[in-house]
Amino acid sequence: MSFITGVGLTAFGKHEGSSTLDLMSVAAEQAIADAGLKRDEIDGLVCGYATTMPHIMLATVFAEHFGIRPSYCHAVQVGGATGMAMTMLAHCIVEGGVARNVLVVGGENRLTGQSRDASVQALAQVGHPVYEVPLGPTIPAYYGLVASRYMHEYGVTEEDLAEFAVLMRRHAAEHPGAQFHERITVADVMASKPVASPLKLLDCCPVSDGGAAFVVSREPTGAVGVKVRGCAQAHTHQHISAAPALSEFGAEIAIARAKADSGLSIADVRYAAVYDSFTITLAMLLEDLGLAARGEAAARVRSGYFDRDGVMPLNTHGGLMSYGHCGVGGAMAHMVETQLQMTGRAGNRQVKDASIALLHGDGGVLSSHVSMFLERVR
Amino acid sequence: MTAATEPANPGWTEGGAAIVFQRCNACGAKQYFRRAFCHACGSTELSVLSAEGTGTVYAVSHVTRAPTPEARAHGPYTIVLVDADEGFRLMAHGAHDLAIGDRVSATFNRFIDGLVPYFERTTS
Repeated sequence: MSFITGVGLTAFGKHEGSSTLDLMSVAAEQAIADAGLKRDEIDGLVCGYATTMPHIMLATVFAEHFGIRPSYCHAVQVGGATGMAMTMLAHCIVEGGVARNVLVVGGENRLTGQSRDASVQALAQVGHPVYEVPLGPTIPAYYGLVASRYMHEYGVTEEDLAEFAVLMRRHAAEHPGAQFHERITVADVMASKPVASPLKLLDCCPVSDGGAAFVVSREPTGAVGVKVRGCAQAHTHQHISAAPALSEFGAEIAIARAKADSGLSIADVRYAAVYDSFTITLAMLLEDLGLAARGEAAARVRSGYFDRDGVMPLNTHGGLMSYGHCGVGGAMAHMVETQLQMTGRAGNRQVKDASIALLHGDGGVLSSHVSMFLERVR
Repeated sequence: MTAATEPANPGWTEGGAAIVFQRCNACGAKQYFRRAFCHACGSTELSVLSAEGTGTVYAVSHVTRAPTPEARAHGPYTIVLVDADEGFRLMAHGAHDLAIGDRVSATFNRFIDGLVPYFERTTS
């Protein structure tokens, strides 16, 4: 068994003058204190990567900087799925008896540490260097292609997609750490600057500075335990040109495996934390995971189904689209918010029942998937 | 099935004006990303072929926010995924008015440093 015993999260946005290691350290310090542990009780460390600080041994660089000497330590790279993949790894390490308390940490000064062009270019490199990148694609273009096909097959409209951006912004308005608080409307999304059709600026997550961390432990350290009930991955391709079909992605495979691993079904889930790099990402993943029928996710947004007081509260911190996206730490914020909700510590954002949560991360162009069920235990 | 010609010209990724793919002589699988073995069965008996440059549009995105100043200098461009008639999928440029399901054929346009395939709707 393993438990998410402590969480830490910085505000996302601009942290002028803060380095990747600074942001990781702030979040890590918070998470360890939140777990009620001391630094020397951390015997495992798993971290992600940073585009502003490429390094072949980032985990040991961080361990030295932070002042810990773990018995298990390395970095993980699975793009946007890194946070969830690290959580699954930490769970396996703890279950396997390799470490007792694993610190999982991500952070990056992605916004102020480089130019916007540098960030866009670095990310576009998930494309094929010979067969795709010379054509000038961007991450929004890869997802624009995905969106065009998905909309074609399931009758989803641009206004439907806009609903997800509006929802995430509404949730972010309630979180002081979110990058964006101003409410937006479907009309605002529709009128925002075109980026890569059908995606417009407000269909896209921003670039942010920020850090996030949590501790995965063998035993709960507080009165309420957040237990990893089951998890699984699926990796179907790297490049969009080699994807099996743009309407059947790995999320369906990952969630089926996670259901089998946990013995749970979608009907058991009370809170959802789903990767939302773009409106289309969130729409598709909700439908792939079975949180809405094909082509029906937007209607569920309109009916309030995913609201804080709805049937299935979703990304109540505002998600990547409005809390922000600092790289690896971006999707880790979903886990932090979920743990706060499950332990009843989400304050004005608290949902009434987060006893069982479903989390899902996606990396690349819907290339790598991690699904995980968490269960509250007392 | 369109006839593919062998031996292939240099493909556009090598400076030529052609779309080149591989066919496995053992299992018949097609692959667009070149490698020394078949991705499906592992055989190293592969033929390198030139495609006819005809196909069907699978997905489209019109890019207005380019990644680099060099790409931006070309103005907005449209990126497409095309299902080639020979049975593989490729990313390319295309005319702004392309829609999913359109029958298309390729010419080659200069973009940044080299030639890239550019698909237009087949007129017939």
